[in-house]
Amino acid sequence: MSEIPHLLVHEQGDSVGVVVVEGLEANTDMLVCVTHDNSTFRLTALEAVPIGHKIALKDLAKGDTVFKYGEDIGIMTADVKKGHHLHTQNCKTKRW
Amino acid sequence: MTDLSKVTIQGYRRDNGRVGVRNHVLILPLDDISNAACEAVANNIKGTLAIPHAYGRLQFGIDLDVHFRTIIGTGCNPNVAAVVVIGIEPGWTQKVVDGIAATGKPVQGFSIEQNGDLKTIMNASRAAKDMVHYASELQREECSISDLWISTKCGESDTTTGLGSCPTVGNMYDKLLPHGIYGCFGETSEITGAEHICKKRAINEEVGERWYKMWKAYSEEVIFANQTDDLSDSQPTKGNIEGGLTTIEEKALGNLEKIGRTSQYIDILEPAEAPQSGMGLYFMDSSSAAAECVTLMAAGGYVLHTFPTGQGNVIGNPIVPVIKITANPRTVRTMSEHVDVDVSGILRRDMTIDQAGDELIEMICRTANGRNTAAEALGHREFSMTKYYRSA
Repeated sequence: MSEIPHLLVHEQGDSVGVVVVEGLEANTDMLVCVTHDNSTFRLTALEAVPIGHKIALKDLAKGDTVFKYGEDIGIMTADVKKGHHLHTQNCKTKRW
Repeated sequence: MTDLSKVTIQGYRRDNGRVGVRNHVLILPLDDISNAACEAVANNIKGTLAIPHAYGRLQFGIDLDVHFRTIIGTGCNPNVAAVVVIGIEPGWTQKVVDGIAATGKPVQGFSIEQNGDLKTIMNASRAAKDMVHYASELQREECSISDLWISTKCGESDTTTGLGSCPTVGNMYDKLLPHGIYGCFGETSEITGAEHICKKRAINEEVGERWYKMWKAYSEEVIFANQTDDLSDSQPTKGNIEGGLTTIEEKALGNLEKIGRTSQYIDILEPAEAPQSGMGLYFMDSSSAAAECVTLMAAGGYVLHTFPTGQGNVIGNPIVPVIKITANPRTVRTMSEHVDVDVSGILRRDMTIDQAGDELIEMICRTANGRNTAAEALGHREFSMTKYYRSA
């Protein structure tokens, strides 16, 4: 892959991708790669997000389940828009 | 790809047939109050290593069982050539000596009561000196890569561990387990969120059911019985959250990548228990805290440890080389002295998991042959006893 991806997604259907470059700025036109099948698409990051943190791939509402690795990783505690940062401020475990 | 069945390493073959990759002479305290004497002996006799620790008095029940298994197992580890044991009194000291002597390696015990520190240190130093002469004449010999027992546990995880460093370890296991190595993973609390997947990775339903019972018992008897809050500050840790992990489920799914795509575990080990069911992958019931977990796996007999990290864990072990693997380019940039295998190319998509697995296997061979790991060079010798409850 000649262009280095900004965001990696584990599985088709996941709600989120992981930022894999340092210093990602708002309004970056990101190359997104789904690692399972190496397919790619583009998505605009709507805020600066640190490396390792997640960006929503679609609009999610409070109460929605979040999927990563094709699995349930938690529940939304606030709405988030596609392209925005998804983390502890809007998502939590269903366990404890 | 080289034919792995033909790959050899230069190791120390011990009397019991096991292969070690290091050749330590240990000065091993039975209990906390014997640490000073052990450290004095290690200071007197060059080429020895004292392993001070915090416990060993008035323990009872399974807490005492785990203490003995950890101390005896550490002495029995094939990376250890010979052992001096020092305890406050002769009874429990002899129990450790007898446990280690079963391997056939030289071991001698000393007790402090009615001798005092100074006489004990003198006598133990003479024994330690003889052991250094003995150990320093042992030669490495050609052994098969299949003689290695390789454990794994990750630490300071972030989202890059699930994308890169954990799948790298998983790829290594998928390639080496069919050749007859022993593997081990654990971290009972950190499977929470992926327990339905972990249960299915057992060799058969019976083992899967036993695994699930063990995991559930830990959750109910330890986590839910002792929690004072919702555990959000402990699992995931502050470091995990800083690295982008949001929930325990997300952390667990990344963690479980360490057992690859095809590997199945064949049995479940108690903390610090040595495997008894032959070659293959084992799950050890263990803490997810790095030093505690690696200490238990070393006591179970594992001679090399593979340690994926995201944010940059610095842990080592006194007797087992800990190989650090990271895929996080920021960690490679800011903490390079702690990184043995850089797989950040996986995130740039210019390195495949298969290539990363091969690089790890190459580093395993180099480390087995004698290359010091980053943790060894930096002097990381964390030895942490697992404690079940307060002593009597």
